[in-house]
Order: sequence, then C-alpha cells, then structure tokens
Amino acid sequence: MGTQVKDVIIKPDAPNTLLLDKHADYIAAYGSKKDDYEYTLSEYLRMSGIYWGLTVMDLMGQLSRMNREEIIEFIKSCQHDCGGISASIGHDPHLLYTLSAVQILSLYDSINVIDVEKVVDYVKGLQQEDGSFAGDKWGEIDTRFSFCAVATLALLGKLDEINMDKAVEFVLSCMNFDGGFGCRPDSESHAGQIYCCTGFLSITGQLHKVNADLLGWWLCERQLPSGGLNGRPEKLPDVCYSWWVLASLKIIGRIHWIDKAKLRSFILACQDEETGGFADRPGDMVDPFHTLFGVAGLSLLGDEQIKPVNPVFCMPEDVLQRVGLQPDLLS
Amino acid sequence: MSSVEEISNPVAENLEEDGVEEENTVEEAEMEYEEPVKGGYIFYRDRKEWADLEPVPQDDGPNPVVKIAYSEKCNKSSDCFGLQKGTKSVQVTCILHESVVFDVCRHYRRVLLQALDKDLREEMKYITAIIEDQPKNYQVWHHRRMVVEWLNDPSEELQFVAEILSQDAKNYHAWQHRQWVMQEYKLWDGELEYVEELLEEDVRNNSAWNQRHFVISHTSGYSDSAILEREVQYTLKQIKKAPHNESAWNYLNGILQDGGLSSYPGLLEQVTELQDTCSSPYLTAFLVDLYEDALETNSSSYDQQETLNKALELCKLLAEEKDTIRREYWNYVSRSLQNTYGSGDPVASSSDPPPPSSSQQPDTEPSDP
Repeated sequence: MGTQVKDVIIKPDAPNTLLLDKHADYIAAYGSKKDDYEYTLSEYLRMSGIYWGLTVMDLMGQLSRMNREEIIEFIKSCQHDCGGISASIGHDPHLLYTLSAVQILSLYDSINVIDVEKVVDYVKGLQQEDGSFAGDKWGEIDTRFSFCAVATLALLGKLDEINMDKAVEFVLSCMNFDGGFGCRPDSESHAGQIYCCTGFLSITGQLHKVNADLLGWWLCERQLPSGGLNGRPEKLPDVCYSWWVLASLKIIGRIHWIDKAKLRSFILACQDEETGGFADRPGDMVDPFHTLFGVAGLSLLGDEQIKPVNPVFCMPEDVLQRVGLQPDLLS
Repeated sequence: MSSVEEISNPVAENLEEDGVEEENTVEEAEMEYEEPVKGGYIFYRDRKEWADLEPVPQDDGPNPVVKIAYSEKCNKSSDCFGLQKGTKSVQVTCILHESVVFDVCRHYRRVLLQALDKDLREEMKYITAIIEDQPKNYQVWHHRRMVVEWLNDPSEELQFVAEILSQDAKNYHAWQHRQWVMQEYKLWDGELEYVEELLEEDVRNNSAWNQRHFVISHTSGYSDSAILEREVQYTLKQIKKAPHNESAWNYLNGILQDGGLSSYPGLLEQVTELQDTCSSPYLTAFLVDLYEDALETNSSSYDQQETLNKALELCKLLAEEKDTIRREYWNYVSRSLQNTYGSGDPVASSSDPPPPSSSQQPDTEPSDP
C-alpha cells in the first residue's frame, strides 16, 4: 500500500536565510493604506491584527517604528461601558479582542489607560456555571475563551477573581483519548486548542494534570517529512502551527521531540523574499498573522537574532519579566 | 486576511489548511460580489414586504450604528442597509453576504430578530446561504445554533451539516455543530453508518474517527466486550486498507487504553501478522506501546526480558530508520524503558531535556507572583 502523506514539497530555491529587515518593513508599512481592500475587510479583527504586528516588531527589536500614541488612543476608544474591548471602534466587545488589547497595553506598559476594574468585571461575567467561558454575551463556548480569560487576568494581576476550580474542571473535561484538547468536550483534538489549554493549565498552575508523554507524542506527530507542522492528522502543514505545536511542546517540556533543523528550514521557506512577511506555506501570500507565528516559532527554536518569546503568552519574555509573570513550564 | 476567522493573539485558527489561500478567497469574494447568493436567497430590497423601506446607502446617515470602513471597491450594490438609530420601529437590518462583515453585524441581527419577532425560518434560510458561502467562520455557525435553539427545531441540521461536510469532510466547525445537535436533541440514530460512509470515502479523515469515538462513547460505550471487539476488528480492517493512517492507530490505542493493549486476546498476533504486508511506523509504534503495557502490568503471558529487548529493538529501528524525524522521542522511550525495566544502570543521554537554565531562553529565575 502506498503511503500517501499530505504534505508540501519545498522547492530548492526557497528562501533559506532569515530576512528580518524585510519583515520589519512589511509590518511597518502594513495598514498605512487604510482603504486597502484586504485591510478593510479585516477590520472585524483589527485589535488582534495590531497585537500581531506590534509583537513581531518587538521581537525583532523594531517596536519604535509603530505609532504608539495612535494605537493607545484607538484602544481607549474601543473599551465599552461593560468593560469589554472591541476589535475596532464601534464594533462590539469580545473576549478575544479584550485579550489583544491588554497584551498591546502590556507591551507599551500603559495598562492604566483603560478601566482595569471594568475589564475584570467583563471577564468574570463571561464565566458560565460549568466553569467555561463565553466569548461574548451571545454565549459561544470554546476553550480558546478559557485561555483568553486567564491570560487577560494574569496580565492584569487579577487571576483570583474567577472561579478557578470550575474553570480548570471545564478545560480538563475537554481532554481527549489521544491526550489532546478540543474546543468543547468531545471535540476533535486540534493544535490550536491544545495551545490554549496547555497555556491555560500553565497560567493556572495545573500542568501536572496533562499526560505530557502522550500529548507530547501527539504533538511531535504533527511534523511532516517537509519539516513543517500540521494541526491535526492528515492535514497540510502551516507555519502558524510552528507556534501552536511548538509552544505547546515547550510548555510541556518536550520541544526537543521536534526535528528543529527541518522545522526551521520549513519556516524560512515560508518567507516572501520580495514583499517580506511569512505565508502559511511556501509560495502563498503573506500576512501579519503568519509573520508573527513564523518569527515566534523561530525564536522558540533558539534563533538569536530574535528576542526570546514566552510560549504561554506569545509576547517577548522581557515584557513578562517587567509585568512579573513567570508561568509554569514542565521540564 | 478576510477569511481568517475570529482570530486573535496566539489564539487563532487558520482554517485555510488545505491550500485555499487567504488572498484568493478575498479575490473570490470581490468577483462574486454582484452575483446572487446561493440557495435562492432573495435580497431584502427585492422582497415585497420590505418594499416600503428606503434603502440607505452604505456608510451613510448621520448616526450610523454600524460604522464599517469601506474601500472604493466595496461600494457597489449589495444587500446592505445602514441601521438608523432613533426610529419608531427598526427600519432595516444589515445584511451582507460576506460573512466577514457578518461578524460585525451579528449583534444587531440578533437584537433585531428578537425584537421584531421575525420569521425565524427566513433567518434559517439566510444563515444557510451564508454558511455555504463561508463555512469556516465561527460566528455564522454560532448564529445558526442560536436560531435552531430559538426555533427548537433541529430537523434540518444533520442534513445541512452533511452537505457542508460533502464539500470539506474535515470542517472543524461543522463537526462541532453536528455534535451539539446530536447531544442536545438526542439524535444518535444512523450516525455510526454516516461515519462509516465518510471513512469509506477517506479512511484518513481524523474528524470522522473522532466522531466514531463520540457516538459510541455516548451510546453503547466500550465496556461491552462484543462492542469493543467489533471496534477492534473494524479498525484493523481499515488499517489493512491503509496502514499509514495515524487516525486509525490512534483510535485503536484509545479504545484499548483502559483494558490494556497487551492483555487484549489475539491482538498481538493480529498486529504482528500485519507487519509483512502493512508495515508502517504507526504499526511499529503500536507494538512498542503494546510491549510497554506488558512490562508495566508485569503480564505473565510475556517473558519480561524478551519483551523489553523487542521493545528496545523497535525503538532503535524507528529512531534510526523508520521515523528518524522523531528520533529524539524514540530515544526517550528507549531510555525510559531501560531505566524502568532494565536490570543495568540508569541510562542518560545528552539529548535528555536540558535543565531550564541551559536552554536558549534567557536564564530567568522564577519571580514572585
């Protein structure tokens, strides 16, 4: 029987050196043309887009090229009366964008420009009876939101404001027979969700509840012959999984189970030499999202041209040191 | 960027895993802009019951409730009206057939639906069309769930999800929705057959294997030995068709975890038999797990020393030949087995996890909370 493996083939002329200056130029210029079609259509996630751009610039030591004052004013205009923060002005608040906003303000050491107490109220208010978190008032439940809730509160130093035991109970109820996690109980294991759950368990000091060997094996099985990582069995590799899989492995102390050299060459091949930036896989269009996770992945692999990145928060380690956060990692 | 859904921070799901490029999707949306939405959808401006309302151009009006920036290219005819505050009754709803803007409008849609006592069947038609157009958006699926709840009618759901899965059998959101419907309304009948159909089409569909586990766990369970045997044989049959199939091996491992691999009657023989014709790293890995289980349970059916040797031999084979990309993992398993069950001195290796201070990260001391 032939072994059909879903994978990509990296062409011999694919980029194989890190083009940091080009990536910095790409991000710095992104969003300067505010009537650009693609930029416009992504307004619904603008806060996250800003977080991606700022974080990757900071990791590359280029944060000063971004417009701090404009961004801080923007965030102030996005906090609603309920305390939650929206993706953009006039949009509705959501836990996802509340976290992004708090991450940005942490980068800029300007947390107090927003009403922190109200943010805490908003996050608390989204916890359900079973310990899960809704994303907003409309009630979608997902372990992503459990992560967003505790990450936000940890950055604000207010972790004790929610029902921690129930929150942990819900996340653990999403652990599957393969050691992975899904978005809700019984959902298929998925690397993005696993990142959220291991990040959650790190922040809440519950990593000992993970079956690290079993999960570590599932995660290192994401590596394909091309060196790239996928998000679940029989899917194509994508550079953003260089973050979610790798960060998860780092959190559970098994990052060395990945073939680092092969992964690095896959990530580098996802660069666009002309425009700068990273795409999901070699030859595709770049965007800020994949650019952040490509660079962050390389940082986790030990590239010394990039600042060390924290695997739980996906923020520069020096920012977390300043905030005083040192989430647990397994060894 | 536009088709990257509801993502944030590191918490993101890029669902364009199968090569559908984000940029292409943006272009497609642009090209399809002036085409009618699929599924016989009728724009609100064309419906006679809304004929007395004046459409308001996009991004206009003194107090737009939903202010969305539009580029020149967007400002074409679309089924969108601006919401006006302060009117006696709600004039319009914001209806855009690009689900990315659905994310922005969804709150108003829902508020209006509840306030207007609108025909929710119409809303179901609407959300059906939107999901068909953009099936990888979290919000549209959650909206559908809300409509189903309000209607308390799941009768179309399994059929609808099956249609979406026929276009992409691994759509994560579709599977979530399906699981919710089945659990909420106890619609378990026929699902195992449906899963088997999907596995006939693609035996490597991990979502379908997960669903199999979901259905059985919530109905008969695996504790009945007849059911367990049925599942073991079914899985081995699929493995014979496609031995290099992570999902099938994961499933086999998963359902036998509680009982133990090494004690399951006839399993070792059946798997060993497959080695000649259906060899794969997964088969070899499964044997390692089986031998490890025999060692752990100190099974009397196995010679401990011989079992250890076999397991170590297979780990070496995987590390050096069959699964070299994961050599670090196989070396770890090998060392663990030797240290736990071997009679010699504990084995260490330079590739053991280094203590944190020697990692490439800066030497950080735990700080006080």
